[in-house]
Amino acid sequence: MSAVADTIEGLQGPSDISTVSRSIPDASLRRHYRLDQAFRLATRFFALLVLTLLAGIIVSLVVGSVPALKAFGFGFLTSAEWNPVTEKFGALVPIVGTLVTSFIALLIGIPVSFGIALFLTELSPPWLRRPLGTAIELLAAIPSIIYGMWGLFVFAPVFGDHVEPLLSNTLGTLPVLGALFRGPPTGIGILTAGIILAIMVIPFIASVMRDVFEIVPAVLKESSYALGSTTWEVVWHVVLPYTKVGVVGGVMLGLGRALGETMAVTFVIGNAHKLSASLLAPGSSIASALANEFTEAVGDLYLSSLIELGLILFLITFVILALSKLLLMRLAKFEGQKT
Amino acid sequence: MQVIRFLRTSLLALSALGLGAASHSSMAADITGAGATFPYPIYAKWADAYKQKTGIGLNYQSIGSGGGIKQIRAKTVDFGASDMPLKPADLEKDGLMQFPTVVGGEVLVVNLAGIKPGEMKLTGKLVADIYLGKITKWNDPQIAKANPGLKLPDQSITVVHRSDGSGTTFVFTNYLSKVSPEWKEKVGADVSVSWPAASDAGGKGNEGVASFVQRIKGAIGYVEYAYAKQNNMTYTQLQNRAGNFLMPNEKTFQAAAAGADWKNAPGFYEILTDEPGANSWPIAGATFILMHKSQASAERAKDVLKFFEWAYANGDAMALELVYIPLPDSVVDQIQAAWKSQIKDQSGRSIW
Repeated sequence: MSAVADTIEGLQGPSDISTVSRSIPDASLRRHYRLDQAFRLATRFFALLVLTLLAGIIVSLVVGSVPALKAFGFGFLTSAEWNPVTEKFGALVPIVGTLVTSFIALLIGIPVSFGIALFLTELSPPWLRRPLGTAIELLAAIPSIIYGMWGLFVFAPVFGDHVEPLLSNTLGTLPVLGALFRGPPTGIGILTAGIILAIMVIPFIASVMRDVFEIVPAVLKESSYALGSTTWEVVWHVVLPYTKVGVVGGVMLGLGRALGETMAVTFVIGNAHKLSASLLAPGSSIASALANEFTEAVGDLYLSSLIELGLILFLITFVILALSKLLLMRLAKFEGQKT
Repeated sequence: MQVIRFLRTSLLALSALGLGAASHSSMAADITGAGATFPYPIYAKWADAYKQKTGIGLNYQSIGSGGGIKQIRAKTVDFGASDMPLKPADLEKDGLMQFPTVVGGEVLVVNLAGIKPGEMKLTGKLVADIYLGKITKWNDPQIAKANPGLKLPDQSITVVHRSDGSGTTFVFTNYLSKVSPEWKEKVGADVSVSWPAASDAGGKGNEGVASFVQRIKGAIGYVEYAYAKQNNMTYTQLQNRAGNFLMPNEKTFQAAAAGADWKNAPGFYEILTDEPGANSWPIAGATFILMHKSQASAERAKDVLKFFEWAYANGDAMALELVYIPLPDSVVDQIQAAWKSQIKDQSGRSIW
C-alpha cells in the first residue's frame, strides 16, 4: 500500500529524474516514468519549434524589408506607383486587390456555405447527406492551380462573354454603384478572381459549419421546436449562437485561404499594377505580385519592396485574426442574457 | 519496442535508397539553364535532339530573362539565358561572359473578329500610342488611316504585356523608345516597366501573353514569332525604318540580323531593333547565353559548351523551321574564340 502511494507521489511531483527513479522500486515503472518525461519534453520541443519558426519568419521578413522601409517609409502603403525602371514602388494596388478579392470571396462564400451547412444538417434527406458532404469536401481537395487553369480557360471566357456585359448594362448604369461595374468585359479581373476564390473557400467554411451545426445538442433544438419555432428560428436563434465560435473559426479559415491564395488568383486577376474603380478591371494582389516578380527581381530595392509586401500580408492576416478574437469576446458577453 | 524497430529499419532503408538515387543522378550529368522564354521553343527542340544523340539532357527553366540573369548570378544553374544583353560593365562586375545563339523576331498579335493574320498594318508610332494608352479604340481614325479598306470594329483595346521580368519586353520597349520620344521619356526600356495604358493585363511568359490575347476580345500583345505561328494567332504587319510595311518571316528577320556588327561589339552587345534596310523587320533581337568566366567545374562547363557547339553545327535547320535565324559561320567562329579566351577553370586554364 505505502509502496504504491510512494510510486504515485514519485510520478506526479519532482523534477529530478534520478532521485525519483531511484525511489521507484519497480524497473518497468521507472521506464514508464522516463518515457513519460521524454514525451513531455518532445511535445514541448515541437511547440517551441513552431514558435521559433514563426519568430524566424517575422525576423527575416523585417530584415529583408529594411531597405524599402528606409527608402519609402509609410508612403509605401499609400503609393499606387510600381515602376521597376525608376525604382519607385508602392503597395496600394496589391493591398487593395488582396482585400477586395477576399471581401468578394467572403461576401459570396459565407451565405452559400451557410446554406450548404444548413441544408446538410436540417433539411436534406438522410440518404443525400453523405454523398453531398463528400462532394463538398472533394472541392477542397482540388489543387489551387487547377482552379486557376479552369478559371482562365473555362470560367473567364464564359464570364466575359455573357455575364460581364449583363452586369455593365444593368448595374453599370446605376449612379454611384455603377462605377464598380463599368469597363470592357474581358473576363479577367478582380471580380473573376473574387468569384474563383469564393468557390475555393466554400468547402472549408461549409465543412466547419456543418461539423459545428451537427454537435449542437438535440435537446436544445427539440426544446425550441416544441415551443413552436420554425426551422429558421431554430437555426438563427439557437444553433448559430451556440456554434458561433466554430462558425467564426471556419470563416477565418476561409479568409486565411483567400488572403494567401496565389496561383488561382495569378491566372485570372490580370496582373495590372493599376488602381481602378471598376471590379471588372484587372488588378493585382500581394500573392500574385510576389509570384510573378519575386524570382526575377533584379535590384536590392525591388527585392526589398517585394519582401515588404510579404510582411504587409503577414500583418493583415494577423490583424484579421486579432479582430476575430475580439469579435468572439464581444459576442460572448451577451451569453446568458435575454436577446 | 516493435514500433521502434520498425522505425529504425525503415530509416535505414530510406537512407540507402537516397544514397543510391544520389549516386545514380551524378552519373546522368544533365546540364541546367534558366531564363528567357523567347528562345525556349528552339532550345527545347535542340535539347531533345541532343539527348537522343548523346544521352545528355538539358534542363531549361523558361522563367523570363530577369529570372535567368538572377539565377546565373546566384550560380544555381550552369548557364543563364537573356534577350537583354548585359552591358560590358555589368558583365565585368558579375564575372560573366555572354554570347548570342539565334536571332528571333517579335510580332504584335491582335484578337479581332474577321481580321486574318498579316492583314492589319501598324506603324511604330501607332503601336507606341496604343501602349501609351492614347489610342483606346480599334476604330480610331489613326488606325483606320493605316488600314484603308479594313473593317475595324468599335471595340476597346486591351493592352497585354508581360507580368514577369522579360527580355522580350526589353526588346519591345527598346523598339518603342526608338520610334516614340514620348515613350522613351515616360516609360523607358527595361525587362520590367510601368505600363501606362489604362486597360491592360499582364501574362506570365510569352505563353501567358499569347494566352491572354487569345482569350480577350480586342486585345493586342507582343510575342516572339514562334508563339504566334504555333498558336495560329493573328499577327500584324509592321512598318520599318525605311517606311515599308513588312510581313514577319524568315526573309525580313534575316535582313534585320544581317545588320548586326558582331565583330565590333565588345561582349557581343548588339540590339537589333529598328535596323535600317528596306526589308529589315523592325522588332528583331538576338538572344544571349550568360556563363561565368571562372568555372567551378570544368567538366560541366565543357558539357555546356559542347551542347552549344553541336547546336551551332547541327541545329540550323531546326531553328529555321521555327523562324529563328541562325548566326553566320563567321560569328560562330568568333563565339568559339571567345569561349577559349574567356571561360577558364579555377586554375586559370582555358576550358575549351
